[in-house]
Amino acid sequence: MAKGKARQASARQAGSPPAPAEARTAQPDGPDRIAMLTMMVRIRAFELKLAELVRNLVIKGTMHPYVGQEAVATGVCTALRPVDYIASTHRGHGHALAKGADMQRMMAELLGKHTGYCKGKGGSMHIADLDLGMLGCNGIVGGGMGITAGAALSAKLRGTDQVCAGFFGDGGANAGITHESMNLAAAWRLPAIFVCENNQYALSMPHAKAVAMPDIALRAQGYGMAGEVVDGNDAMAVWAATRRAAERARAGGGPTLLECKTYRWLQHSLRVKGPDRPAEEEASWRARCPIDRLRKELAADGRLDDAGFAAIEAAAAREVEESVAFALASPEPPLEEMELDIYAGRFIE
Amino acid sequence: MSSAQAARPASGIREITYAEAIAEALGTEMRLDPRVFVMGEDVGAFGGLFGGTKGLLAEFGPERVRDTPISEAALIGAGVGAAITGMRPMVEIQFVDFTACAMDQIVNQAAKIRFMLGGKAQVPLVIRTPYGTGLKLASQHSQSLEAWFAHVPGLLVAMPATPADAKGLLVTALRDPNPVMVLEHKLLYPTRGPVPEEQYGIPFGQADVKRPGSDATIVATGLMVSKSLAAADRLAAEGVEAEVLDPRTLVPLDKAAIIESVKKTGRLVVVHEAVKRGGFGGEIASLIAEEAFDYLDAPIKRVAGRNVPIAFNEVLEKKAVPDVEDIVAAVKSLVRD
Repeated sequence: MAKGKARQASARQAGSPPAPAEARTAQPDGPDRIAMLTMMVRIRAFELKLAELVRNLVIKGTMHPYVGQEAVATGVCTALRPVDYIASTHRGHGHALAKGADMQRMMAELLGKHTGYCKGKGGSMHIADLDLGMLGCNGIVGGGMGITAGAALSAKLRGTDQVCAGFFGDGGANAGITHESMNLAAAWRLPAIFVCENNQYALSMPHAKAVAMPDIALRAQGYGMAGEVVDGNDAMAVWAATRRAAERARAGGGPTLLECKTYRWLQHSLRVKGPDRPAEEEASWRARCPIDRLRKELAADGRLDDAGFAAIEAAAAREVEESVAFALASPEPPLEEMELDIYAGRFIE
Repeated sequence: MSSAQAARPASGIREITYAEAIAEALGTEMRLDPRVFVMGEDVGAFGGLFGGTKGLLAEFGPERVRDTPISEAALIGAGVGAAITGMRPMVEIQFVDFTACAMDQIVNQAAKIRFMLGGKAQVPLVIRTPYGTGLKLASQHSQSLEAWFAHVPGLLVAMPATPADAKGLLVTALRDPNPVMVLEHKLLYPTRGPVPEEQYGIPFGQADVKRPGSDATIVATGLMVSKSLAAADRLAAEGVEAEVLDPRTLVPLDKAAIIESVKKTGRLVVVHEAVKRGGFGGEIASLIAEEAFDYLDAPIKRVAGRNVPIAFNEVLEKKAVPDVEDIVAAVKSLVRD
């Protein structure tokens, strides 16, 4: 990153107004912003393709689209190292891709194919790649929270400097396991980062009606951990906040609660038509597109022109099409898969 | 069956309690395997409410013997997270009733992760928990919930009845790559029995004939094993030889041993403390009905808990679960026919 152009953290303490720009902390060394933009474009291309495949019944079942929230997964996972862990949610494709998951195996899984990450047995809500530290999407809201505390505990007990970032939503924020896990992680000063993607709705339930406090990050103080509200549509702000949290965790400073304010552009799931949200609300969030934002910053810095961005988009589209072709050409799981992988090392009828 | 017992070394056998046998299994395994650690409510200085972790804190310290907040869901959830990232956690849930607070973590996470991930994960998680009546603790601290866990593919379920089984089954659980529920009857913790000093595992899915007999088969688990043995003694005085067979693990279940025994005796009584309706006894009864019906000389009997919550009152508590007389009466009703 060019000197003087260093991205500044735009986090604020929970409950306080955003810090003025001049008070923000400059990051001396930044991540590869082109790579981050590319990742966000890949995630969006993947998710928009899924919407089409679900509509056309190429994909059966449903899935929870991540469009609009790409900056959170990308910012968090860019700040982590390959050895670090993430635990994900039912809206987890972006997290998986950002942690390095293979798009072809993901697409194959979403089509229920044997070549998929879970041999077609997990589907959208259970994509995982333990070799990448991606501990799994989760079909239970809040389901990744205990796993996050446990992976962080595991790292501590094994004496590694790994951290675990656990994603959850504004919906998951109100599940009991989230409270228990955050308290446990704080009490034991575990190297965990609790990443709340506040996308404003738990299916149809507006966040403002589910919680009396404006910021979920305010809860951090109650647990005795650091908490920050982050602009979840600003990939660099998410990256910077995650990096601070990871450094704190590695230094023995315990967990952090990051609340990334964002918005899901599409329906809760691709087969659910929920009540309409206010048009001006949708428009205002779409105007804050996380991809546009980083693209414009790179353009203003002279790092990316229109042709460059078009090339990124074209490559992503090509990759997505290749993943669909791979998935379509892949075999269905054989029937016996139904009875395999239930127990390790033993078969129980 | 007897092969597991035969595999146990004859030397170095002492009489210790069920609770001591558990602590010994844990302590030895923690010495052998640095991945094993313990967490739960009051498992540290307190040594576990029933003494199953006594002495571990002093030897292994607070990192590996972790007193926890009252957060059953997070304990199991953290156990899952630690297990899939290379550790071997043993989580103690203070009463089996409290697993209800953690059921999502047990059923939807621990039991399912391996399958959902297409076999990519292992979940070597042991959950030890006391069950059963007898301490006048009323409805939320006295249940026998083994059937809940046996019903969920992905879980293993062990129910040790003796100190020796408590040690051997726990060692196997701690070395198994799967989530294991170990249900320990709370009245068993102070009971004494011979336990080998050496560390040994009892294979899962191997029933144990606790008493051979030719006239009727009593399949019993946990505390009901000793009650069934007492019933068998009384029956023997009346000339009826009952075989007492302890499956020791419900999942996997030693179906062959149960079938074999029923083929020999022609009569089956299944005994458990859990409520009869939906209890695991129905599973064993239907196993025999489906696979050994022709060998039966009498209908199958289930002797089980009444379909009621456990009351505080001592008499009401006692009368809600089977006693020796109930088992004796059930066997006699079959033999008489």
